[in-house]
Parts: sequence; structure tokens; C-alpha cells
Amino acid sequence: MSETPCRGCEELLELYLDGELAEEEVREAEEHLDACGFCHRHYRFERLLRAYMRQAISEPIPPELSSKLAALASKTEQ
Amino acid sequence: MSERASEKDARGLAQEARSRVRFEEEALEHADQVYQVARHIAGSREDAEELMQETYVRAFRSWRSYEPGTNIRAWLMRILTNLNIDRGRRKQRRPTEQPLEEGAYSLYDRLEQAAGQSGEDEEKLIERLSQSTIVEALADLPHDFRDVLVLVDLGDFSYQETAQILAIPVGTVMSRLHRARRLLRQSLAASVSERKA
Ligand SMILES: [Zn+2]
Repeated sequence: MSETPCRGCEELLELYLDGELAEEEVREAEEHLDACGFCHRHYRFERLLRAYMRQAISEPIPPELSSKLAALASKTEQ
Repeated sequence: MSERASEKDARGLAQEARSRVRFEEEALEHADQVYQVARHIAGSREDAEELMQETYVRAFRSWRSYEPGTNIRAWLMRILTNLNIDRGRRKQRRPTEQPLEEGAYSLYDRLEQAAGQSGEDEEKLIERLSQSTIVEALADLPHDFRDVLVLVDLGDFSYQETAQILAIPVGTVMSRLHRARRLLRQSLAASVSERKA
């Protein structure tokens, strides 16, 4: 369970998840993910974590604030 | 003034009024997404609300400098982060100390340890993190790091866009983002073992 061969892939996975890899690198990353259980688990974990954190920290805009912003329109320029 | 000229003026005015209203509508449509970022780069909810209002006042005032068809969200964010830096220089001046980092995988390892032999899948492991832990861990990040993380992970901006918004090099975005994620996962990992002890 604790094989550690692919710790160096951390940055590659990060770029992959951010959608910042070039096409060629995307293919390499995906091939690696298909072949390596360790990276696949961490990839899955990381994706879930990001989605989970996003939900945990997102907060809808307060309706009063929306109204205040709308009221600012077309009256800031004299 | 000839009749022809005044007619043209009226048409010009109408066109300008239309572009302006369109700009305002578009800017307001993005308010919720802009707020997501504002909420976490400002110190508190109150600060975030003030920051939003200042941002929209400035945006509506300088709408002519927005180039239609370009990314309005990034344009608004640029205004917002600049205003926030002005505020930040006044307020939350905290030394950006650089704590020791473990690898980003330490969180996964820690959660697995906490789960013990139960062989929980990734979904279950993640549920061990509480919402308040995550909110606090994010708020505790040094703000230079947090700004980048929030823009990329909540704002869905690319490295390039984030670099433009913050007026820093892309390489700096990448290194701050990487450190931000490590630090965040590290403090989440610490919370897991604390709760277990
Ligand atoms: Zn691997």
C-alpha cells in the first residue's frame, strides 16, 4: 500500500489537473495514469479534494450585495 | 449645428448608452464568480463586500477602458486584486514566513493512516476533513500564496491569466501555487492527526 516510486509525478499531476500541459504531455500523463496505480489513486484523491474544497469554501454572493452592485450601475458617471 | 450633425450625435449617444448598459449587465452577471474570489482574498466577509463595491464603482466608472470581447472576468479581477493590495498594505500586514513543507502527498498519507485498516476509498478519506478546517486552512495561508490559489482553483483562471491579473511572471504564479497547495494540504494533514489524538 505504501510503495513510493512516483512522488516525482506530483508536479506533473498538478499541471495536468490545472489543464496546463501541452498536448503531447497530456498524452504522456494519461498513459502514466492508466499504468500506475499509485499515481492513479493520488490523481483521483486530488481531483476529489479540489472539488470538495471548492464546495466547502464557496459562498453565494449575499443578495443585498447583488442589489447594491446593481444600484451602482449607470450612476457612477456624472 | 446642422440637423444632420445633431442626428448623428443622437445616434452616437444611443450607441454609447447601449454599449454601456451591455457592459454593466455583463459585469453584473459575473458578480457571483467575482465574489467567490473576493470572499477569500479579502480578510473577512465585510471586507469582501466593501471590496466588491469598490471594484464595481471603479469598473462602472472606467468601463470605456474595457475592450469588448476580451475576458471581462479577468478585467474585473484585475481591478479587484489591485484594490485589495491597496487595502492590504494598510491592513493585514503579516510577515510571510515560510514554514517547512512536506510533499503534497502527506495529506493523503495522513488520511490513510487515520483511517487505519478500514481500507476507505478516496471519497471516504476526504470526508474526514471538515468544512471549517478547510476554510481556516485557506485563511491561514500567506496572502500572496492564497491569492494565486484562489484565482486558479476557485476563479478557474489559467496560469497566464492569473499572472496578468496579479502583474507577476507566470513562473511566480506556478511556484506560489505549488507552495500554496502544499501548505494547505499540510495544515489539513495536521488537523487530521490532531483530531485523532
Ligand atoms: Zn506513477
